Parts: sequence; C-alpha cells; structure tokens
Amino acid sequence: MKAHLTRRYMFSASHRLHSDEMSAEVNRATYGKCNNPYGHGHNYTVEITVSGAVDQRTGMVCNLVDLDGFVRKEIIERYDHQNLNLMSEFTTRVPTTENLCVAIYEIVKRGFGHAHLEKVRIEETMMNSFEYAGEGENL
Amino acid sequence: MVYLTRKAEFSASHYYHNPGLTPEENARVFGKCNNPNGHGHNYTLEVTVKGVVDPKSGFVVDLKKLKDVMSREVLDALDHRFLNKEVPEFFTRIPTTENLAIAIWQRLEPKLKAAQLHRVRVYETPDLFVDFYGEA
Repeated sequence: MKAHLTRRYMFSASHRLHSDEMSAEVNRATYGKCNNPYGHGHNYTVEITVSGAVDQRTGMVCNLVDLDGFVRKEIIERYDHQNLNLMSEFTTRVPTTENLCVAIYEIVKRGFGHAHLEKVRIEETMMNSFEYAGEGENL
Repeated sequence: MVYLTRKAEFSASHYYHNPGLTPEENARVFGKCNNPNGHGHNYTLEVTVKGVVDPKSGFVVDLKKLKDVMSREVLDALDHRFLNKEVPEFFTRIPTTENLAIAIWQRLEPKLKAAQLHRVRVYETPDLFVDFYGEA
C-alpha cells in the first residue's frame, strides 16, 4: 500500500531579493524591505514529502536514516548559515522562497533514489510557506 | 465537496523488529528503534473526511459522531498501549508510522457512513508525519 512520508528540517540563511533586470526603484517597489542592500536572514523549515509502497519487510516507505543522511549532506550542509545570493543556483534567479523550493526539489529529485519525491514545502517564517511539486504535478 | 479535519492525540510505545531478519540486520535496518524494550511517542492523529455540505444542518459530518468513532475505534485501542504486544495488527506488522496510518484507516473506513474518509495523517513527532489516502 502506498503512503506519503514527510520529514521536517531546519536551516538558517540570509538573502536579499533583488533583480538586476529591474531599476532600483522598481526593485524597491517590488520587494520592499526584502530589497535592503545588506540582506537579512530567516530560519527556514523545509518539509520533504516522499511516497511509495510500504515495504512489507521493514514497514517503511523509505528508511529515515537514508533520507536524513541525504538531506543533511545535500541540503542542510549546502544552505545552512550561507548567503543564498552568493550560491550558484541564485546567480541568475532571485533567492525567493519560491525559487528555493524549486532548487531543493531539483537536488532531491536528482539525487535521492530511495523513494518518489512528492513535494518540497518551505516555511520562510511562521506566517508564510511555499510548495513545489514539480512541473505538471498537482499539489 | 468540503474537507473537514479532526485532530486527536494518543501516546503509545513500540519497537521495530522483523523476526525474518537476523539480529544484525534488524539492528542495521531499524537502529535504536530496534531496542526490544520499546520506546514511546506522543502521536497526533488527523482524520480528514470529505463530503457535500448538508443543506439542513450545514455539516459535512456531525463532529460529535466523528469524534465518537475516532475515540472508540482508534484511541481506546491505541492510547497508552504497547503497540507490538497489545494491538492485533502489529502482532504481524511492524508498527512504523506508515503501518500505523494504514491500520487507523482500516479501523475507521468501515465505520464512517455519513462522510467519506479522505486522509489519515499520523504525526510521530512534530517533524515526522505520514499520510495515507487509502491507495493500494
């Protein structure tokens, strides 16, 4: 039988929302205080949802040790206490939490083979969250 | 169609062990969850049902009845129990959160008449939860 498993992780990072394709005024109008030139930070909470048949032998969709190990190495170690604007995936994309969702989804989709990735959900603060489930997939 | 979710909490102990595996394999696959004396969690259960809103009552389902079914079929059986030793489903199945969500679905689904069961979500901790939608 197919079940969905979700695990939550945390990391802290800084960013500044700014697009070189827009004027200083338009950037300020679009991003407000998130456009502050020195940047600011968040404690991000990332939810990774995977799915699959429950293995009769183990009772698991996938072993949490494998998922935790992958996320720690590929996501937490990559982003924790970093400035997102300086990272390669955000040289051309603005490090909004929407784009961070897409970037993390792509890393997990490409590298984690123990279960099917359903979606990535990120809470930027307690008051807002974002979800990405790949192109053409419904949330 | 409207979806309605009711939450409940229960506390239980369990351990993970497959008698078909060697002690070494059990230790490798299940880690500290393999400790035979068990350990416990405060589980949070979310039961989501769906249905059309009854024009007479304005309800998808009578919440009191849903609460009664959840209490009788799930909480009375699981709360403050050692799942491996006291809950029949787990005499043969490993009481992972995945199997717990499936077992709760199987307990509730035949007892819910007014509304259709949509999802069973079980939080083992605030950072880990499983969703089961009744999929084969």
